Amino acid sequence: LQMNRTKVDEEEYWNSSKFKAFTFDDEDDELSQLKESKRAVNSLRDFVDDDDDDDLERVSWTGEPVGSISWSIKETAGNSGLNHEGREQLKSRNSFSSYAQLPKPTSTYSLSNFFRGRTRLGSFQSLSDALSDTPAKSYAPELGRPKGEFRDYSNDWSPSDTVRRLRKGKVCSLERFRSLQDKLQLLEEAVSMHDGNVITAVLIFLKRTLSKEVLFRELEVRQVALRHLIHFLKEIGDQKLLLDLFRFLDRTEEFALSHYREHLSIQDPEKRKEFLKTCIGLPFSVEDSAHIQDHYTLLERQIIIEANDRHLEAAGQTEIFRKHPRKASILNMPLVTTLFYSCFYHYTEPEGTFSSPVNLKKTFKIPDKQYVLTALAARAKLRAWHDVDALFTTKNWLGYTKKRAPIGFHRVVEILHKNSAPVQILQEYVNLVEDVDTKLNLATKFKCHDVVIDTCRDLKDRQQLLAYRSKVDKGSAEEEKIDAILSSTQIRWKN
Amino acid sequence: MAAHLSYGRVNLNVLREAVRRELREFLDKCAGSKAIVWDEYLTGPFGLIAQYSLLKEHEVEKMFTLKGSRLPAADVKNIIFFVRPRLELMDIIAENVLSEDRRGPARDFHILFVPRRSLLCEQRLKDLGVLGSFIHREEYSLDLIPFDGDLLSMESEGAFKECYLESDQTSLYHAAKGLMTLQALYGTIPQIFGKGECARQVANMMIRMKREFTGSQNSVFPVFDNLLLLDRNVDLLTPLATQLTYEGLIDEIYGIQNSYVKLPPEKFAPRKQGDGGKDLPTEAKKLQLNSAEELYAEIRDKNFNAVGSVLSKKAKVISAAFEERHNAKTVGEIKQFVSQLPHMQAARGSLANHTSIAELIKDVTTSEDFFDKLTVEQEFMSGIDTDKVNGYIEDCIAQKHSLIKVLRLVCLQSVCNSGLKQKVLDYYKREAKRLVLQTYGYEHILTLHNLEKAGLLKPQLGGRNNYPTIRKTLRLWMDDVNEQNPTDISYVYSGYAPLSVRLAQLLSRPGWRSIEEVLRILPGPHFEERQPLPTGLQKKRQPGENRVTLIFFLGGVTFAEVAALRFLSQLEDGGTEYVIATTKLMNGATWIESLMEKPV
Repeated sequence: LQMNRTKVDEEEYWNSSKFKAFTFDDEDDELSQLKESKRAVNSLRDFVDDDDDDDLERVSWTGEPVGSISWSIKETAGNSGLNHEGREQLKSRNSFSSYAQLPKPTSTYSLSNFFRGRTRLGSFQSLSDALSDTPAKSYAPELGRPKGEFRDYSNDWSPSDTVRRLRKGKVCSLERFRSLQDKLQLLEEAVSMHDGNVITAVLIFLKRTLSKEVLFRELEVRQVALRHLIHFLKEIGDQKLLLDLFRFLDRTEEFALSHYREHLSIQDPEKRKEFLKTCIGLPFSVEDSAHIQDHYTLLERQIIIEANDRHLEAAGQTEIFRKHPRKASILNMPLVTTLFYSCFYHYTEPEGTFSSPVNLKKTFKIPDKQYVLTALAARAKLRAWHDVDALFTTKNWLGYTKKRAPIGFHRVVEILHKNSAPVQILQEYVNLVEDVDTKLNLATKFKCHDVVIDTCRDLKDRQQLLAYRSKVDKGSAEEEKIDAILSSTQIRWKN
Repeated sequence: MAAHLSYGRVNLNVLREAVRRELREFLDKCAGSKAIVWDEYLTGPFGLIAQYSLLKEHEVEKMFTLKGSRLPAADVKNIIFFVRPRLELMDIIAENVLSEDRRGPARDFHILFVPRRSLLCEQRLKDLGVLGSFIHREEYSLDLIPFDGDLLSMESEGAFKECYLESDQTSLYHAAKGLMTLQALYGTIPQIFGKGECARQVANMMIRMKREFTGSQNSVFPVFDNLLLLDRNVDLLTPLATQLTYEGLIDEIYGIQNSYVKLPPEKFAPRKQGDGGKDLPTEAKKLQLNSAEELYAEIRDKNFNAVGSVLSKKAKVISAAFEERHNAKTVGEIKQFVSQLPHMQAARGSLANHTSIAELIKDVTTSEDFFDKLTVEQEFMSGIDTDKVNGYIEDCIAQKHSLIKVLRLVCLQSVCNSGLKQKVLDYYKREAKRLVLQTYGYEHILTLHNLEKAGLLKPQLGGRNNYPTIRKTLRLWMDDVNEQNPTDISYVYSGYAPLSVRLAQLLSRPGWRSIEEVLRILPGPHFEERQPLPTGLQKKRQPGENRVTLIFFLGGVTFAEVAALRFLSQLEDGGTEYVIATTKLMNGATWIESLMEKPV
């Protein structure tokens, strides 16, 4: 299976059975049957042009089917807006409302019966009420029942009965389980039920009634329960206990990561920066430590740059900000985006300033390739072709200049084209592409006629030149050039 | 009504009716006029089981989306919050309730937790001092939602992350509960097969739950013959690859949510004469996609390369049908033609929509970028160069392609090599990781750790690459694939046969005993359980009658896998029809996204 990614033999590629390329069956008439089907469909439109669109769809133009829940939220929430009549009209269009006439299912089976077992009425007191031993006021109308029936726990529920009852959402006091052995049995029962809710309930009870040391020691040998506790502590944000736990378990990297995660919920940039500072020095892996440090440094820089540039922009004295107003704040953007920003707005600044591209490159050890790519994209966007040129010009020790691109000139051409560089500029860089086939492809793709013609001449490829002649405009300079070459007697054509 | 749910071998409308009934029962408990405040996430799934009209009949007069501060004014007796059990939602509810108390007449508050009450949430409400304000605090076990005649989903987006990263098995518990519900409605499933740790646990829970309900003997004649429980982490590969079926591609490119897709409106503009193309709609076009639409049912599971010809054939048929009007001479003939018009117009509308969608998709699939990505994917899946640093992935980062795309490819490489070779891993951990963090943000340190923890990115253990053995034994890579008239499930990925579906296929014939060796290489235990039936309920299968297997994907399933199973169901001598259930309908992008850490 030869997978050649350079698209030279594109035709072969598409049609070879080895490649599961995506085209509609090309062998069929012309490119696409889709076109045909579209035509057919459109011609039909002319024939039956009911102005009420399709009978099939009852959708408001936003696409919500009329009568659907999400549609109705908008409809019922707003009192203003659509007038009442209009709404009624829309509603009567609802094709789905006919369900009401359908007979009720014959089965008397109810799901709720199934899961709630015999206690049809359920309990309106929460698990937590039971746990905290402070019976909350219940407003349930069913409170008329004798208290005994409602709080029907007895003192001799076994751990497994208790867990089963908890699972059904019933009141159950756990306080009676006093010995460590009872408590652990309770936990094991809960774990064997796999019901996260119940496991957590038991864990909260254990957390309150056991010392940290005992709790940790017992959970260490009960991995499922342990993971639930970790999840629970994260959820309620008990960082302190979490840290103690991870230390005890010698899983400090996990703690570091879990602490670091917290920064995501801090909106204020200053506070976020201060928080990131507390992450530096936590027990991350060696590589991650460096990244965390960089994260902090980056935000610190961004805060400075943001304050400065916001000021500059508001003052209205700086040309670049006047011509290209900033679209968004640079805060919390990735490093490469920040570099782009700095190449866009602060390209010529001396290395000493925080916002200069070179400074960013050095501080964060941005690889050469990445730097060049980003700078190129930024300068091309500003159509600063001189800067683009300078980016690839190197002088050797004799003072000769030479063009060099760490990313390959084919990539340079693509980026320039994406930023709609003029043909003269494109041509210059297409010419620098070393691989002849790639060069020819790019030149053809971007209509750099001179490059195509010269390359064919150099390759002594008469056939290809002839073929290209049919692609250029009649009577154009290009055509003349081709004719001149074709009639030249100096060239020994290879075909 | 949801007629398409009853088209399949198993009538899933029965389930839908059961959950609707429970909803009505709850609404009637809160007597008087009501407003529902919705956790927005729930409106999608609820939309599949009920329309507003059902709620309205039970005196729901207003509906709002859950938002901070005050509730909008509503002259109703009851305010009901429909929410998932999430702490952050409890904070909003408390805010609503507290600001409500200070003005206007007193109302009754209720909470309906979907799918389950949560201790932590109630505790939070209590801490915020509002727990006592609620009269009804109940749960609504909307565990499995019928999506189509053969498809059920829990739509629990966090299920994979919870199970494999946080070891929180709550979603497994819900899966087991959902399965108990199904058994209550469709009879006990006599045989349970499974592969994977989570599968084992769900089976255990089911057996346990059954024991607890021994009081009531299930007297429903069993519809399902088998249940197959499959862990997503048995097959991490399949979702990472780009799906190449029509429905799969719609999902990959535009994202299907609760059976709806939003599409760019340009191609759907109503083209009327003299309109001059003004008033182009700017809002996305939303379409429902399910088997209720005849044409969609026909093309959804086809390889995209086979869709064009079907659409063009349909166009010819419809054109011809409309041409019939010229032949209609007598009043009777004209009448007959007219009577068929609505159906023809519906078919025309459907064809127009899918032609437009196919055009949109084709724009993507014919792009150089898509092609390059597919080439790399196919190289990996067929076992080429999985042990080398991949230049294309590097390029993608340099050009700032979406991070999800980059991660999908890196993970695919890792999975197709049974973990990355040490030197490749070293490179990724240093150079590539730095590039990723610098390009997409440092917070993705967390994302990468998550992927490692989920086993999607890992070192190769013991320097042994098991993938080739698995690939060859299970015939996961087929060199000659027929996209137009497929003979094998590998058509759904144009060459790659989804491992998960291959396991199902081999289970039905000739049985897993033939692949013991591979099963041992794949993670987690494989097992078989029997649930004995009373003799009266034992099925005597007619010769030639297909078995019905319920296959449950724990951790998510892709549309391409669904398509592959439907393909097997339709095989003439297949012997097995499948009903598919899952924790979430997903694709590689939504899956990776669920594992990513993003700013709140």
